Amino acid sequence: MMTFSFLKEFAQPRKLKQQGILGMNQRNNMYISRYNPRKLFPLVDNKLKTKQIAEDANVSTPELIGVVNNQHSVKSVDKLIAGLNGFVIKPAKGSGGKGILVITKVEAGRYYKPSGSECSLDDIERHCSNILAGLFSLGGGIDVAVVEALIVFDDSFEGYSFEGVPDVRVIVFKGIPMMAMMRLSTSMSDGKANLHQGAVGVGINITTGEALNAVQYDAMVTHHPDTQKELALLKVPHWEEVIRLAAQCYDISGLGYLGADVVLDRDHGPMLLELNARPGLAIQIANGMGLLPRLQQIEAANTDNMDLDQRLAYCKQHFS
Amino acid sequence: MPSKIPFRIFVAILFLLGVGSIAQRHYSGEIPWLPGETYSTWMIEAKVEFTAQGDAVNASFATPSTQSNFTVLNQTAASPGYGLSFLDDRAQWTIRNAEGKQDLYYKVNVLTNDIPLDVANKQDVSIHKTTWLPPYDIAAEQLVTSAMEKSADAFSYSRELLKLLSGDNLGQNATLMLQESSKSDLFVALLNEANIPALLVKGLYLEDGRRQQQLQPFVLVFGEDDSRLIDVKLGQVADAHNLLLWEQNGEPTLDLIGGSNSRVSFSIIQQTQPVMQVLKEKANDTDLSNFSIYSLPLEEQALFKGILLIPLGVMIVVLMRILIGLRTSGTFMPVLIAMAFVQTSLATGLIGFTLIVGIGLVIRSYLSRLNLLLVSRISVVIITVIAIICLFSVLSYKIGLTEGLKITFFPMIILSWTIERMSILWEEEGAKEVFVQGGGSLFVAVLVYLTISNELLRYWAFNFLGLQLIIMSIILMLGTYTGYRLLELRRFKDMQGD
Repeated sequence: MMTFSFLKEFAQPRKLKQQGILGMNQRNNMYISRYNPRKLFPLVDNKLKTKQIAEDANVSTPELIGVVNNQHSVKSVDKLIAGLNGFVIKPAKGSGGKGILVITKVEAGRYYKPSGSECSLDDIERHCSNILAGLFSLGGGIDVAVVEALIVFDDSFEGYSFEGVPDVRVIVFKGIPMMAMMRLSTSMSDGKANLHQGAVGVGINITTGEALNAVQYDAMVTHHPDTQKELALLKVPHWEEVIRLAAQCYDISGLGYLGADVVLDRDHGPMLLELNARPGLAIQIANGMGLLPRLQQIEAANTDNMDLDQRLAYCKQHFS
Repeated sequence: MPSKIPFRIFVAILFLLGVGSIAQRHYSGEIPWLPGETYSTWMIEAKVEFTAQGDAVNASFATPSTQSNFTVLNQTAASPGYGLSFLDDRAQWTIRNAEGKQDLYYKVNVLTNDIPLDVANKQDVSIHKTTWLPPYDIAAEQLVTSAMEKSADAFSYSRELLKLLSGDNLGQNATLMLQESSKSDLFVALLNEANIPALLVKGLYLEDGRRQQQLQPFVLVFGEDDSRLIDVKLGQVADAHNLLLWEQNGEPTLDLIGGSNSRVSFSIIQQTQPVMQVLKEKANDTDLSNFSIYSLPLEEQALFKGILLIPLGVMIVVLMRILIGLRTSGTFMPVLIAMAFVQTSLATGLIGFTLIVGIGLVIRSYLSRLNLLLVSRISVVIITVIAIICLFSVLSYKIGLTEGLKITFFPMIILSWTIERMSILWEEEGAKEVFVQGGGSLFVAVLVYLTISNELLRYWAFNFLGLQLIIMSIILMLGTYTGYRLLELRRFKDMQGD
């Protein structure tokens, strides 16, 4: 008999379908292009605008320290960050975590990244002018650099993250939170919370905030690779607030299918970090379940006229 | 949810139109399915440009006549406002009043015969002795004597003479004479000086898709009872394969009265025409073809031969991304790289691309430390890429690899952006991602190259425009494919739950 052992490397499409796994083509075709009107993309593709609409709706976001919007003001970035002990500089139109510079310690005019590596004021200025030139922005167009306050993550995440702030990604469909995952940075991901860069994704029970399952590079893990902390013990505090915040993002952005990234600040509680109109699919592996059944369930239900509380109640009732 | 039916009908119409157009081309246009069942004909277009001075213009232009290796099928000339007549192997344009820049077109269709070029033995070619003034007379005499001493007959004389007139170490005599007249004129004059009949003719090597060609000088040397055609430029007996003699009587190519700054250039394209059609044309039927692209000027036709392949390449990229899920750096960069591969040949292209991008990345990593603004940095990368290309060309030429010269076919701006992006990718996501995306791009580029360099597909793309509609309908259908990508089946393997 001939051996097709290489086929074992691949799943059978039929079985994936049975498990309700959403594929990239189906996501693009049936959810993003159908539920996310193109004209709303600039709102989420520009973090400054997202912040603006979030503030207008009283959704808390990390404090804005300042904006560098032209090459001339790059030289005065030192005035913006004067006296701060830590800050984040990011491109307003960046994607996939590109171009985010995090400074966690400032000592005698020297700036330190979470990894402990040093960077000079020159480096920071260069980073700003790279951002302005559009190096990290989606279309390569000109951009502005946003300087934000550093987030001090909640103590309950001690040991779950390596050199970076963990965040919670909640997929919200038609205003109903339907799946969530925590993204924990690792030494491999260089302090960034992006799964394709090696961060650990922990599936979170959408109704309780408790860990379900964890993956790194699409493969199962049980412990954080750097701190060896057991991931199953992870429980996100203030979970009610987290999913409420995520569900609110539907109201402020109008996007039917979105990923809301929420961070938990020790002092300020859950805060909206950014919105994503094209959230990735790894959340399915992290949760050990496909997105399709819930997507189809919500599509079939009459949810259009529900208010925020009703949508949260729907989530509680159907997805526990 | 919008109905999919109108969309499907639209796609079906596109597809059927494509199939219909192809069938029509085949059955009523007599274009065969395979490129083999055809005669290969060449379409040559001459463009005569000059500036008219406001008076009457009379332009007499040499045209090729049927010769043993080519049969002239038909000839046409285009030039609005001009009177036109064909007489004795010449086309004559006339107009009473013309001013400013003028473009005259002459198009000829020739059929390749499988008979080697056999130049008529024209014994009536007269010998003109040139009267040279001092010091040229002595120089000419010495050249003739020196060639004469080392030769036995007309052909060995011409060979020796060419040696004296070519190469890097020209003698004093040759240098002096070449300041006065062109090499081909001087060659003919010195042959005549030794009582050998010779005639200066002009010709073109036919090569598919060449644009902006010039006529090349050849000298017909007559011996005792045969003749030989010498390629003066190369300094050897001409390779008569695919050589079309344009002007065989020693007359000027263009005789222009009433104009100045004249320039003649040629575009050449190979066509595959059905046997029947060629036979019809041989019988002087001027109805060329009902196909619109064939009615364009040749230069544009040559361009379209390349452009019509792009949809094929684009379709490969779409397949790779939607069905397989490969990541490439830049959506259609692989197509552009593949177009460059067509010019360079695959091996040279791959080596060249890897070398340029590799060295570019090293230099770019230094630039990233200079704190430059993006626009100037990318500009420096462009200049660096050009410098690398120059360096490789010179180096490879010096060590005798003319293949290396083809590196200049790469689109430099694209290369520079590739280097810039890869460098950012390297800094942001590490070397692995660079190899994944760079490798993905190259892999797709090679696939696209293999597709668009396939003879059958090239033939189909140019001869059956309906293929473009079929490709479009396939791409439209792929655009609505919502199934899993092949690489997703691997990614989600653990999720199949058994």
